[in-house]
Amino acid sequence: MVNSTVDLVIQLALMFAIGAGMAIMFITLSHLLSPKSKNPNKSQPYECGVVPKGDARTPFNVHYYLVAVLFVLFDLEAVFIYPWAVSLRGLGTAALIEMFFFIGVLLVGYLYAWKKGVFDWE
Amino acid sequence: MSDAVVQLLFLIIKALLMSLIIVTMVAFIIYFERKFAGFFQSRVGPTYLGPWGSLQSFGDILKLLSKEDLIPEQADRWVFRLAPYLIFVPAFLVMAVLPFGPVGGEPNLFGYRFDYVIANFDSGLVLFLAMGAVAVYGVVLAGWSSNNHFSLLGGLRAGAQMISYELAMGFSLVGVMLMAGSTNLVTIVDYQAGGFWSWLFIPQVVGGLVFFVATLAELNRTPFDLAEAEQELVAGYLTEYSGMRWGLFMFAEYVNLLVVSGIVATLYFGGWRAPLAVLDFIPGPIWLFLKICVLIFIYMWVRWTIFRYRYNQLMSIGWKVLLPLSLANLVVTAVVVNIFGD
Repeated sequence: MVNSTVDLVIQLALMFAIGAGMAIMFITLSHLLSPKSKNPNKSQPYECGVVPKGDARTPFNVHYYLVAVLFVLFDLEAVFIYPWAVSLRGLGTAALIEMFFFIGVLLVGYLYAWKKGVFDWE
Repeated sequence: MSDAVVQLLFLIIKALLMSLIIVTMVAFIIYFERKFAGFFQSRVGPTYLGPWGSLQSFGDILKLLSKEDLIPEQADRWVFRLAPYLIFVPAFLVMAVLPFGPVGGEPNLFGYRFDYVIANFDSGLVLFLAMGAVAVYGVVLAGWSSNNHFSLLGGLRAGAQMISYELAMGFSLVGVMLMAGSTNLVTIVDYQAGGFWSWLFIPQVVGGLVFFVATLAELNRTPFDLAEAEQELVAGYLTEYSGMRWGLFMFAEYVNLLVVSGIVATLYFGGWRAPLAVLDFIPGPIWLFLKICVLIFIYMWVRWTIFRYRYNQLMSIGWKVLLPLSLANLVVTAVVVNIFGD
């Protein structure tokens, strides 16, 4: 094969192609084999037999947004930590202390969110 | 033949074989899950198709293929169709970075080098986390596009739950990265060479447990299966799916179970390495297979033993227990690695 980067793209693309191909194959097979009968009642959403009331895309609890925002914050922190974790042996104690400051700053935000009750669902 | 052509040939063989093994294993995992569920609840489970009902999954696939595929009138048709693929394909991609035998070194097959991994990727662990995040899109979009109250609630719950536990998962993995000094799964397995006392589950016992619990939530399995809590949400984000499209979700769930078991085995239990030096004569893929089977049994055991949590309990376990624990694990591991070097 060519070089390590191109190899990697080929390898991952092959797995992607096999996965996607398999999924498409299943759906196509079922499209060919399955019966088709149109009925207005069938294309209604299933809500336990009760006729659905209004559109389902209604406003929902703001808590979900808060969790999503916090997730972005902490996941970004994690992404910053990964390269540090891999190379800590070469960087020494200074890097360790710097990372403690970084985690400390985020911990303040975490405790604030905890006190604000973001993690309490009632 | 030149080395490049042979390597390409090897790659295609490996990828096809891997896919075949995944599909076969998933069929039998589903069978064993139902059989064990039966045993745990004093039933017999599937018995009709094949000896002891062992061909039940294949029968189910044929049945699902011949069922009508309904798309609700008000559904967002494109997103509705896209969602199953968004869950299915990422699970497959992660299998590419999972090593199932020795990688690199001397030529070992007809004078060519056969690597027992599809992609020797330096950021394999990051790819695993990224693909886990892509699967969240599948769940949320499936819930959103169905235009059904139950689906929307299930999708939102699943989304919030998965991203909450992904944090704990990401932080607990930092312990492994610190110790092995790499995110390449091949290097991580090499770091655990030399018997079971050098496996990472001993120094990383806290991180490993946090990771295990987080994967339970990530896989949407009981005790964290609130997204498809049958008694309250019908089937959550799966409510409007029928036929093989629903089957694809189920299939993806079990592929994910297989992949996550493989990742846990690789990170914490030495991957394809034998527990004792005298057992080295048994080839690596068999060891990995055995470890994956044991871990899958543990996942099933948990599923049929522990009750479902309430949603507020679930969120407080994720944010108030697992996240601080994984952060503490990170800090302690970093200090120990810094002081003792290796």
